[in-house]
Amino acid sequence: MKPAPLLEVQELTKEFGGITAVAGVDFTVSAGQIKALIGPNGAGKTTIFNLISGALEPTRGRVLFEGAPLPVHGAHAAAARGIARTFQLVRLFGEMTVLDNVLVGCHRRGRAGWASCALRTRAMREEERHLRARAWQVLELVGLERRAHVAASLLPYGEQRMVELGRALGMEPRLLLLDEPGAGLGPDEHRRLAALIKTIRDGGTTVLLVDHHMDFVMDLSDEVLVLSYGRKLAEGDPREVRANAEVIAAYLGEEAA
Amino acid sequence: MSARRRWTVLIAAAILVALVGAGVRSTYVLGMLVFIGLYAMAALGLSLVMGFAGQVSLGQAAFFAIGAYVSGVLTASHGWNGWAALLAAVVAGAVAALLIGLPIFRLSGLLLAMASLGFGIIVYYVLVNWSGVTGGPSGLTGIPPLAVGRFRFDTDGRVVWLVWGLLLLLLGLGGNLVDSRIGRALRAVHGSETAAEAVGIDTARLKLAVFTLAGASTALAGSLYAHYLTFINPSPFGFTFSVELVVMVVLGGASSLWGGVLGAAAVVLLVEALRSLLPLLSLSRGAAEYEIVLFGLLLMAFMIFLPGGLAELRRRPA
Repeated sequence: MKPAPLLEVQELTKEFGGITAVAGVDFTVSAGQIKALIGPNGAGKTTIFNLISGALEPTRGRVLFEGAPLPVHGAHAAAARGIARTFQLVRLFGEMTVLDNVLVGCHRRGRAGWASCALRTRAMREEERHLRARAWQVLELVGLERRAHVAASLLPYGEQRMVELGRALGMEPRLLLLDEPGAGLGPDEHRRLAALIKTIRDGGTTVLLVDHHMDFVMDLSDEVLVLSYGRKLAEGDPREVRANAEVIAAYLGEEAA
Repeated sequence: MSARRRWTVLIAAAILVALVGAGVRSTYVLGMLVFIGLYAMAALGLSLVMGFAGQVSLGQAAFFAIGAYVSGVLTASHGWNGWAALLAAVVAGAVAALLIGLPIFRLSGLLLAMASLGFGIIVYYVLVNWSGVTGGPSGLTGIPPLAVGRFRFDTDGRVVWLVWGLLLLLLGLGGNLVDSRIGRALRAVHGSETAAEAVGIDTARLKLAVFTLAGASTALAGSLYAHYLTFINPSPFGFTFSVELVVMVVLGGASSLWGGVLGAAAVVLLVEALRSLLPLLSLSRGAAEYEIVLFGLLLMAFMIFLPGGLAELRRRPA
């Protein structure tokens, strides 16, 4: 039996002026899955991410998360429900250390308010210890313990991507949205990233990712959804999708042929 | 700075303040110290607004005025206890900031600069024209100094204790705040608002809270000012003062708590130097105009050469 869907996207549509970036897309992501969105540039992949994470408001349609609709405005609200994301172009808190970046990711795991932080109450210090322990675990997972006290902007690109991933993991999300996590990485780093994403999934976090790298996606994903010009072209098992003639023509043909 | 080191520095500073307040005889020096402390308190909140919320308030003088007048009216005209009036003044400053910030921080852009500019002008005209309550252009007199039992903060040395004691307390609490979950969220908003939202930080709410806190700290300074001078009128609370506060923050360094203190000291000393220098150059008239020119040049110079303010010098290798 298929597990209940964690995320349910229903007739999602986004228009920018006269241009339809996403045109009535439906799909679901089951808990415990790794699912990939693929498609040529401008297919609407990142727009879908922005709609799910609340960075954009849909023109029509809606997104259900754990059975309840997501609020349509304010990205922080989606994050509060347990949806974490990374960005196509890395967005870090550059002047802050790697550890602090991950600790910001843990923000929602803490409760200490203005007064208890200003007074450094016992409860606040206790909570701070827990958050720090959690942040160190995450650093270990993404392999950045030795960079903990370095300003994030000083790291090489590949490690910056890991900081961003670590920050998202600090949230202990139910759903993790990865926007081209492999972009700009070498083959070795790609392999390690794939292993890491599987570890994250095995830890109980569902993953929805966008990527261009075919082998990477096909090898990693339980399910693939192909987009073209804002529409769903195909969906299903990676091998089936790869065999689909329409997909080959629209997308894979460009690169595979 | 670790919490322990922060408190060591503060206790050392408190001992220094105690000695200065008791030992220094010159009322001129003590008076200047009081003003540096008051301005630093007013600039403290503003530096959080500029450094973390990334917006500038051009009407911060209005919160200072609200603090001064709420305290002045309640004590001089209604016989309130000084501390109760001070508390009311702080609450009034916070509520005013909250009401202005509520619509503004939901939107992006530099709306706060425009809205606070307008607010500053409105408050100024209310003070001048609502004579029945504010005393109009001539202001209020007979504001009692603050007192604990029979101990009255009525000499310059004692007011140095009071103002700098409170300022150090605020710096300590502020330092704790910056070095905590809330402080990290503030720095995150400064770093990337989009990313801060993505990890679940309600950036609009956080900025509103910072602005409200700034309103409260500036009103606190205003209230202490009223109880120190024992008389107030609207003229010091105009646009020039708002600009001076912005200059203090830029000179000292936004997003650094001690930057506000450095900036306040720099501005007070510069103004004093200018006032003693101008007569020597037979330019005795129009000191205020020269001040504005000087501040304008300083602002430009700092923006270009030292955007992190005086506080940045400490962090640079010598």
